[in-house]
Amino acid sequence: MSDKEPLFSAKNRKLITNPLNAQNPITIQVLGICSALAVTAKLEPAIVMSISVMFVLVFANILISLLRNTIPSRIRIIVQLVVVAALVILVDQILKAFAYEVSKQLSVFVGLIITNCIIMGRLEAFALGNKPWQSALDGVGNAAGYGVILIIVAFFRELLGSGTLTLPGLGTLNIIPQAFYDMGYANNGFMILPPMALVTVGIIIWVQRSRNKDLVED
Amino acid sequence: MENIINIFIKSIFIDNMVFAYFLGMCSYLAVSKTVKTSFGLGLAVVFVLVITVPADYLLNEYVLKAGALSWLGEGFVDVDLSFLSFIMFIAVIASMVQLVEMIVEKFAPALYSSLGIFLPLIAVNCAILGGSLFMQERQYASLAEATSFGLGSGIGWLLAIVGIAAIREKLKYSDIPAPLRGLGITFIVTGLMGIAFMSFMGIQL
Repeated sequence: MSDKEPLFSAKNRKLITNPLNAQNPITIQVLGICSALAVTAKLEPAIVMSISVMFVLVFANILISLLRNTIPSRIRIIVQLVVVAALVILVDQILKAFAYEVSKQLSVFVGLIITNCIIMGRLEAFALGNKPWQSALDGVGNAAGYGVILIIVAFFRELLGSGTLTLPGLGTLNIIPQAFYDMGYANNGFMILPPMALVTVGIIIWVQRSRNKDLVED
Repeated sequence: MENIINIFIKSIFIDNMVFAYFLGMCSYLAVSKTVKTSFGLGLAVVFVLVITVPADYLLNEYVLKAGALSWLGEGFVDVDLSFLSFIMFIAVIASMVQLVEMIVEKFAPALYSSLGIFLPLIAVNCAILGGSLFMQERQYASLAEATSFGLGSGIGWLLAIVGIAAIREKLKYSDIPAPLRGLGITFIVTGLMGIAFMSFMGIQL
């Protein structure tokens, strides 16, 4: 880079930390909800999904940022879609080759990363006007903000719904001890069902906004 | 015929795009402040789904699927282009949306002005691409089945967005805890609507 700004200056660090809380893509910017909720019944698909989104978002941000001065603004949406679709095809093929089970569970939601509003939103709002390095950091930050919410939701849904946690590489771990079940504890099967993902995100928003009054809508 | 009606009913109520798969949530949350605009967007989604799902069905059936190119000749029997489906589907959707926009503008100016800005937005609505991807995954047997799936999913989405918009209009007058106002309560209400829709789940079609 031509300017003297250090790679991790305070401003650049903000690009990563802001989306984790005050500018969170899911709970504040309302981006990328479509796929966020459907893959959170278990922890493993949620983690894999977060990594895939991070890969696509970071590389799409870098590519669009490199191309930003050559793309005519009238066809930019199509150019963005093509770049994103190509990256998503890569992710999909890699998942099919190395993590077939997870890829089955994610089913169409890998393809839906193309229309994930986070990707288009960040490309439009950030990558088209900023240098590649900043865009890459912005991609890491926003994908991490997305991943954090996904993992929190999936953690509670799987823990309360099935009493287990599924981690990549470790398989399914039983977290709730058998003694609890013997005493009459039962898994809340309701948490596995799709609507509870929405309610869980609603509660996360509630908690976040009551801790940070600036975010309250009126 | 019975099969087609089953798919239609199933895609409206049981496999509802919003409540069972969370597709199109972004615009669902962003545009559901008033019933009037959400009805317009819902209609546009129905319209585009009815066109793109059959179009992508034909594309999948005659170009992309393993062995689909066999009509070209013996040498093409082994060709499997299914890895290209994402990029092809999104291209079809983007161009169809563009085409629909131009046709509507020419022949139905009143509809055009009421749909207005929503039409171009639809190209990146996950419900549209989701419709095509589910169509591919579920391997519908005929063009009619795919069309009825597209129509049903669109109507299901329309129902959902008009429902939440009506509830949100009333919610404005409710005393909700401050941090939950706006987005938070919308999520929870959508969850409750989803639970209501789950009562259709046991129905065997």
